[in-house]
Amino acid sequence: MANPFSIHKSTEEGLSVLALEGYLDAHTAPEFEKTVQAEFQAGRKQMVVECSKLTYISSAGLGVFMSFIEEIREAGGDIKICGLTPKVYQVFDILGFSALFDILPDLPATVRRFQEAPVKET
Amino acid sequence: MAWERTKRFALHVPSSTENLAMIRDFVKSIGTQSGMEDLDVARLELAVDEACANVIEHAYDDDTSKEVEIRASVDETSVQIEVVDTGKGFDPAAVEQLKVKDLMTAKRSGGLGMRLMKSFMDEVHYEVQPGVKNELKMVKRLNKG
Repeated sequence: MANPFSIHKSTEEGLSVLALEGYLDAHTAPEFEKTVQAEFQAGRKQMVVECSKLTYISSAGLGVFMSFIEEIREAGGDIKICGLTPKVYQVFDILGFSALFDILPDLPATVRRFQEAPVKET
Repeated sequence: MAWERTKRFALHVPSSTENLAMIRDFVKSIGTQSGMEDLDVARLELAVDEACANVIEHAYDDDTSKEVEIRASVDETSVQIEVVDTGKGFDPAAVEQLKVKDLMTAKRSGGLGMRLMKSFMDEVHYEVQPGVKNELKMVKRLNKG
């Protein structure tokens, strides 16, 4: 079977960009969790999670965002999310994540949001 | 007669999270075949994934020798799904329904799966007999004009 989930790391204007591809479920969420943790521990606390190629997310994937966000914000960083397809966005939205996270249409808009508001006020 | 129109499907898989993708493919095919819109198919897929992930991780504690059974029946008005296991049951009423913001502060994601199931399905019922048989029944009504 082809790799069901992958994370492509890059940097953009000093931000750490994690581009997700495939599906993020209870099986693949631990890989995402390890990556976010490694970024944070390496001092890269301004993260963009780019989701245009993310085909699916379940609560296990959402749990990764939840488990790190407070700590990252306390350190002056943030996780901002962009590129969600309607299918994936409805999961974030129904749980109220759209009020708790900055969710932007694309990477350039997310870079601008980091410049305007490095940490989301909730 | 209605019973002549009901189609039944079943899938048995070893209790491992790597099989969640297979379960979703099964449910997706059923949703699509029943004429659901894409976003509703996605909701059905997610609700069943959440139910099965709970069984794999909590009822069976990731014991891959166990089996998860997914039964589906489709008629003109609805898709009904049953997720059956013989693992540890739980009291659905005891699952805290904290606000997502409070869960975030507590660094906990517990309860999100059940919230998604209840949000995306029209009916969700549990019949729990710990160690004997636990059944989660969910219904998604079809909105056919």
